Amino acid sequence: MSDLIKFVEADNAARRAELPEFSAGDTINVYVKIREGNKERIQVFQGTVIQRRNNGAGETFTVRKISNGIGVERIFPLLSPNVDKIEVLRKGKVRRARLFYLRGKQGRAAKVKEKVAPKAKKKVVA
Amino acid sequence: MSGIIGKKIGMTSLYNADGSAVACTLIEAGPCVVTQVKTVEKEGYSAIQLGYGEKKEKHTTAPLLGHFKKAGTSPKKKLVEFKSFEQSLSLGETITAEIFAEGDFLDAIGTSKGKGFQGVVKRHGFAGVGGQTHGQHNRGRHPGSIGACSFPSRVFKGIRMAGRTGGDRVKVQNLQVLKVYADKNLIVVSGSVPGAKNSYVILEK
Repeated sequence: MSDLIKFVEADNAARRAELPEFSAGDTINVYVKIREGNKERIQVFQGTVIQRRNNGAGETFTVRKISNGIGVERIFPLLSPNVDKIEVLRKGKVRRARLFYLRGKQGRAAKVKEKVAPKAKKKVVA
Repeated sequence: MSGIIGKKIGMTSLYNADGSAVACTLIEAGPCVVTQVKTVEKEGYSAIQLGYGEKKEKHTTAPLLGHFKKAGTSPKKKLVEFKSFEQSLSLGETITAEIFAEGDFLDAIGTSKGKGFQGVVKRHGFAGVGGQTHGQHNRGRHPGSIGACSFPSRVFKGIRMAGRTGGDRVKVQNLQVLKVYADKNLIVVSGSVPGAKNSYVILEK
């Protein structure tokens, strides 16, 4: 990439550093800024990340949740100033990067197993 | 109309004050040098000729070397004429990206990317046949009829057909200037600009 493009996108690196690491399968809280007239408030969107898409300045992620029995998906630009904060609640154990199979599932079938941190290895007693 | 010569660097996206993403193009504009001032008395019309981009002396023809010597500059790669420049300029003066300010609107002229020999669907936006059934099997993207039979017994001039596509001079009007970095000779405009990366772009006010 050209140095001049990097120079214009310099703010993005700082913004990226503020955000936590997350990937498909994780349950997250997205704090979204909503402007109504002159007032600004923050709304929380909680759901499962089903994909992260593109890279660089145009990177987006999709969050899916079930609201009153209806599936709702929102796509957020990762570096958007309207995304105030992202909180990772739970890491998911998944085997693929795009979880579109969740769309056809309901209830227990639509659940992603939690990823448990691997246990520390036991010392072998001689 | 004042203007400047530049080079397309590439595209990225920036965010507006209201948080919406805007696709934008980066253009390295100038510095340009006035290489000739044309006047009504001498050339029959008034114009300013600007030069942009360094060129080696050994790659410059002798007549052009003299032309640049007269203006007191090093040889330039690209020369463009602008009619009715807003400022009055003299020979050898430098023009920078600062002639544009944030929020201004400009027109960008470039040479579009060459696409080679293309059919009518890509070249002229014909709709094609639109279906694969009802007797169609090998003419999905064909142009169809190009005229009637015994009258006029010929094909009219200017009928749109397949051919070389792209590589034309294209002007895009009213692009907003989002940012100007004068120290880096960089202008960021909203939207896209014709041409490939590193191709020349003429920006007009």
